Amino acid sequence: MAVEVRIPTILRTFTGGEKAVKGQGSTLHQVIDDLETRHPGIRERLVESDNLRRFVNVYVNDEDVRFTGGLGSPTADGDVVVVLPAVAGG
Amino acid sequence: MTRFASLIDSVGHTPLVGLPNLSPSAKVRLWAKLEDRNPTGSIKDRAALGMIRAAEADGTLRPGCTILEPTSGNTGISLAMAAKLAGYRLICVMPENTSVERKQILAMWGAEIVSSPAAGGSNEAVTVAKKLIAEHPDWVMLYQYGNRANADAHYETTGPEILADLPEVTHVVAGLGTTGTLMGIGRFMAEHKPEVKIIAAEPRYGELVYGLRNIDEGFVPELYDASYVSSRFSVGSRDAVRRVRELLEREGIFAGLSTGAIVHAALGQAAKAVKAGESADIVIIIADGGWKYLSTGAYDTDIDTAEEFLDGQVWA
Repeated sequence: MAVEVRIPTILRTFTGGEKAVKGQGSTLHQVIDDLETRHPGIRERLVESDNLRRFVNVYVNDEDVRFTGGLGSPTADGDVVVVLPAVAGG
Repeated sequence: MTRFASLIDSVGHTPLVGLPNLSPSAKVRLWAKLEDRNPTGSIKDRAALGMIRAAEADGTLRPGCTILEPTSGNTGISLAMAAKLAGYRLICVMPENTSVERKQILAMWGAEIVSSPAAGGSNEAVTVAKKLIAEHPDWVMLYQYGNRANADAHYETTGPEILADLPEVTHVVAGLGTTGTLMGIGRFMAEHKPEVKIIAAEPRYGELVYGLRNIDEGFVPELYDASYVSSRFSVGSRDAVRRVRELLEREGIFAGLSTGAIVHAALGQAAKAVKAGESADIVIIIADGGWKYLSTGAYDTDIDTAEEFLDGQVWA
């Protein structure tokens, strides 16, 4: 299950400056664990106590995973995972 | 009702119009709530008025007061109109990369502007405003991100208007900024028609906006309560531009850019309903008109140029 993970500027220090990296796994949890093997340190910036950090939003195919099963959200071949810090308008 | 005692009294009461050309089928219909019909041209008139009235009622805001507010534009414009009529001084803290039209409109209504660094977006405007208010304890910050009166305005007006005009409503899709719109409508629907799904569209800000900010310092408005939201979609600049043009070309509605993101999320939801063979009546909140964004080139340049220009802009 190869997925594309888009990395925000602030986390690109972990990916050698790459904007998008490949990940493997049939759940978001597995994808993040897989990323950690090649980009050590990135997991801690996304996950805290087995939950997504409060200020980090993760979308699979543009839908927020907090509403689709959190870290257990399924990922399929060709899916696009986007990581974004929280922002606000107004 | 079409006659009002004053401009302030005309806030809300916006029309709900069908979108026959964008609706995917006779069973899955889209409806647009035209919030650009408010006095200053955006949905923020509801929140601004609600917050001012609440602050006057509890004695926080008294004649002669100075109001300070972090804003990316629309709330500031609404506050400027209301403050002018009520005789308050208004200072807006806004990111320096908000569109030039917004600054001109604010100045026209007599508001003063303090710029915050573009790199921090709305979050940085909030930080700067909090610093200023600490230095000027006599000023009043209504603070739309944490002011319950912001969400209450939508609980008391937007939600009831939708249900009255479209009793068969199944989904409401709106932008996620201060979260006031979605929290207010969500709370109203939870109490009056709990099966209605509340869908949030989050415009995906250009990466330069948050490029310099530490991820741990991200900002979630205090008003936000995930239990009122059924689903959240992140929408990129390209899709937002494409949809805002589609809305104009196919339905004749000239909307602002965050509305393009909302339309994209709504069409995604509509496609899901079609696939599942379900009926749906989906309300799209048109947050504002396109007038304030003409200088961005979003409506008349080629889409690559428009997308490029929009990355790094503050939309909502």
